[in-house]
Amino acid sequence: MNQRRFFFIIALVAAIIIGVIGIISMPVQQQQIAGWLVSITMQMATPLVLAGIGGMYSERGGVVNIGLEGIMLMGAFTGAAVTYYFDNPWLGILGSVAAGGLLAAVHGVICVKYKGNHIVSGTGVILFGTGFTTLMLEVVWHQKGRGELITNTIPDIIIPQIQSHPFFGPAFSVISPVVVFMFVLTAISWYILYRTPFGLRLRASGEDPSTLDSAGVSVEWIRVVGVIISGCLAGLGGAYLSIGFGSAFAKEMTAGRGFIALAAMIFGNWTPTGILGAGLFFGFLDGLNYFIQIYFPALLPFSNYIAMLPFLLVVVALGLIRKSVPPKAIAKPYEKEKRA
Amino acid sequence: MTTEYAVELEDICKTFPGGVQANKNITLRVRRGEVIGLLGENGAGKSTLMNILYGLLKPDSGRIVINGEEVSLNSPQDAIVRGVGMVHQHFKLIPVLTVVENVVLGLEPILKKMDVRSIPGGRTIGSVLPVDFKTASKKIEEIGEENGLPVDPSSKIHDLSVGLQQRVEIIKMLYRQANILILDEPTSVLTPHEVDELFVTLKEFVKAGKTIILITHKLRESMALCDRICVLRDGELVGIVERKDTSPSKLAQMMVGRPVVFTTQKEPRSPGEVVLSVSNLSVLDNRKLEKVKGINFEVHAGEIFGLAGVQGNGQTELIEALAGLRKPTNGRILVGSVDITGKRARFVREAGVSHIPEDRQRMGIILPFSVEENIALGSHYRPPFAAGLFSAILQLDVIRSATEDLVEDYSIKLSKVNALASTLSGGNQQKVVVARELATKPNLVIAAQPTRGLDVGATEYIHEVLIGLRDRGVAVLLISAELDEIQNLADRIGVIYDGQMVAIKAPGEATPTELGLLMAGHTHESSDEEVALS
Ligand SMILES: Nc1ncnc2c1ncn2[C@@H]1O[C@H](COP(=O)(O)OP(=O)(O)OP(=O)(O)O)[C@@H](O)[C@H]1O
Ligand SMILES: [Mg+2]
Repeated sequence: MNQRRFFFIIALVAAIIIGVIGIISMPVQQQQIAGWLVSITMQMATPLVLAGIGGMYSERGGVVNIGLEGIMLMGAFTGAAVTYYFDNPWLGILGSVAAGGLLAAVHGVICVKYKGNHIVSGTGVILFGTGFTTLMLEVVWHQKGRGELITNTIPDIIIPQIQSHPFFGPAFSVISPVVVFMFVLTAISWYILYRTPFGLRLRASGEDPSTLDSAGVSVEWIRVVGVIISGCLAGLGGAYLSIGFGSAFAKEMTAGRGFIALAAMIFGNWTPTGILGAGLFFGFLDGLNYFIQIYFPALLPFSNYIAMLPFLLVVVALGLIRKSVPPKAIAKPYEKEKRA
Repeated sequence: MTTEYAVELEDICKTFPGGVQANKNITLRVRRGEVIGLLGENGAGKSTLMNILYGLLKPDSGRIVINGEEVSLNSPQDAIVRGVGMVHQHFKLIPVLTVVENVVLGLEPILKKMDVRSIPGGRTIGSVLPVDFKTASKKIEEIGEENGLPVDPSSKIHDLSVGLQQRVEIIKMLYRQANILILDEPTSVLTPHEVDELFVTLKEFVKAGKTIILITHKLRESMALCDRICVLRDGELVGIVERKDTSPSKLAQMMVGRPVVFTTQKEPRSPGEVVLSVSNLSVLDNRKLEKVKGINFEVHAGEIFGLAGVQGNGQTELIEALAGLRKPTNGRILVGSVDITGKRARFVREAGVSHIPEDRQRMGIILPFSVEENIALGSHYRPPFAAGLFSAILQLDVIRSATEDLVEDYSIKLSKVNALASTLSGGNQQKVVVARELATKPNLVIAAQPTRGLDVGATEYIHEVLIGLRDRGVAVLLISAELDEIQNLADRIGVIYDGQMVAIKAPGEATPTELGLLMAGHTHESSDEEVALS
């Protein structure tokens, strides 16, 4: 098993190197297009991966979090509103993380402490997130549908040395710190999940809470913390939409990304690297859609079908290629006096 | 710390939501360094009492004193730090995690130079610092070596046999430096050989000054190991006796409240025609290894055919193939004149086969379903349990009265028939499975470990039922890890080794030693020699 993973990593690295070599030996114009596609893929993937990995923290602990969509909206709104008032995108990020964490905490307490139904509570979170942000949009900006343009969005990192390169330039020379954070988060999450006491306890809590309890660890704490982390990350993913990639808050601007993030989480088999892979893949399909709109306007009528692809692929992949294995005790409230 | 007692439980009472009074004013004092046995019928409250001592359950009233210190246990953590360790009746291990991960869970060592858990706030920071799995693995290997419990720290739990899993549970206690060890029915899932090994280990622990509380249904075991034996019945303490003042039959009488017959009487057999005929059957296991290798045997109407063998020699796969749960790769299975080879479970059941699976919680019952629903399972789609157009409507009143009858017949202890199966004690869960399977009027019963975890009274009852079935002309295939049980009940004994039937004997024809040798894979010729030597 370990050997297989080792070979997989080698194959992956080799494929990336070969791909890059292949690309930089192409004509300049095609290199530019490829670079642009890489860039848009990463940008589209970022909110999905952040929220997806967030969902993983919640579900690995045993709490279903279908509320990601609502939490992302909450993050997107709070990020935009705070930045708008204080004219500081970093404060905006802070606000979105806090707001996401707070909304998730409510979900966590309902599910863990009061043993509420995870799906019902999650639906509540979605409805609340949608309704609250739509209402507050009008309160803050006195406009319907879309808030005012935010000029001071999260500044991109610019790498001048590679800017002139036909491929690396468009791909990596202007990159948002949130996009970089997506990769960092994947690594950190892998480390936390598989190498730290908290990660071990989180996994145990999602597999068999009674075992964790009898090992002397509070199941409730671990689960609530997992849910709160999921909210913070989904909130950040939302903020990236309104003050990173975009520059305004719009009504229901997440447009189902919370659900695609859930799909990425399942597709990625509840592992950080898997979610990164799935998120990048979905991001690529999204990017392809933009690509077609720009370069092949003739295909425009079909763009909806391409937007549909991720969902179709998830169904096919999960049905045919591999069964995903969710945490065993997922969505089951843990009650001490009841036995397993 | 100078008291004579390691544990004092005083006036412990516990009533579960739903009204079952599991412990009634139980007072139990355990001396330091002794082995105390806890006996009692299924549902007598043994596991409950121990879960209270381990901090998993909170008593309604009563005092708990550990090593002279009165404690109030809010979670197992409070018990663990006071040196209490417990091996649960149903193991607390996570199958998808490795041995190390399971052992360190809740007490993870941090790389030494990074360990900040002693400074204020360090606990939180510490929980995201790297776990030192290397040191932990080394420690597990050390513990294994010192106590004769070798196990590979990096293997996953689901790849280990039940015996090895239990070893991990014991290592888990030792890793936490427990000196008061609670073992809840540690032997019910072990092979006789593993039981012997466990007892050697436990005796070493006693020598090292540890205190042991042992729950078991096997009187022989408590007589072999315990200094004192404490008997519970219906949540009440019946008495505590010194081993030297008692005997298995006295203990049984204390437990059940009436004398118990240990060897069941049965009339000589009058076998009829062949009911089950297995020819040349081969079956693969989950890892696609051939576990049953061309086995041949027959079971007749009116006979109990006992299948003896050490776990892992293909019994599980054989049973699953017979019950329609696993497709054989080769061979034929006939029940009467019906070919059931590779057919699905429902087809097999309709051919008159009943199956008492060896792992009750995995295959026998659905824990979050009520007892009634569990009783109806398997027959739920046909009259009398279902009626109306396409038999689409469950006859709840019929199911209820059938359940009530079975609960009465098998004296299953429960608060009400619509109680969840998960609230039943382990032994009572087993009774539900047995009751359901034998109620369908089968002509072949596959009984795998039918008395696992049952008390002496219930075991006696199930034995009587099996013999009754046989006398009425039912064919019974009995698979059991316990030689006693097989020798007692079987009309013929087949020994399975490495997926093959290595011998078929009449019960009088082979001594336990001989059977043991056959089970260990000694062929006929060599076993003769060794028996002669012993
Ligand atoms: N969580 C629970 N909810 C309701 N009733 C329970 C619960 N746990 C145990 N009981 C009931 O309490 C009684 C005692 O159960 P306990 O598990 O202590 O029995 P036991 O002596 O260990 O039996 P066994 O030998 O079968 O394991 C049983 O009647 C059982 O049904
Ligand atoms: Mg018990």
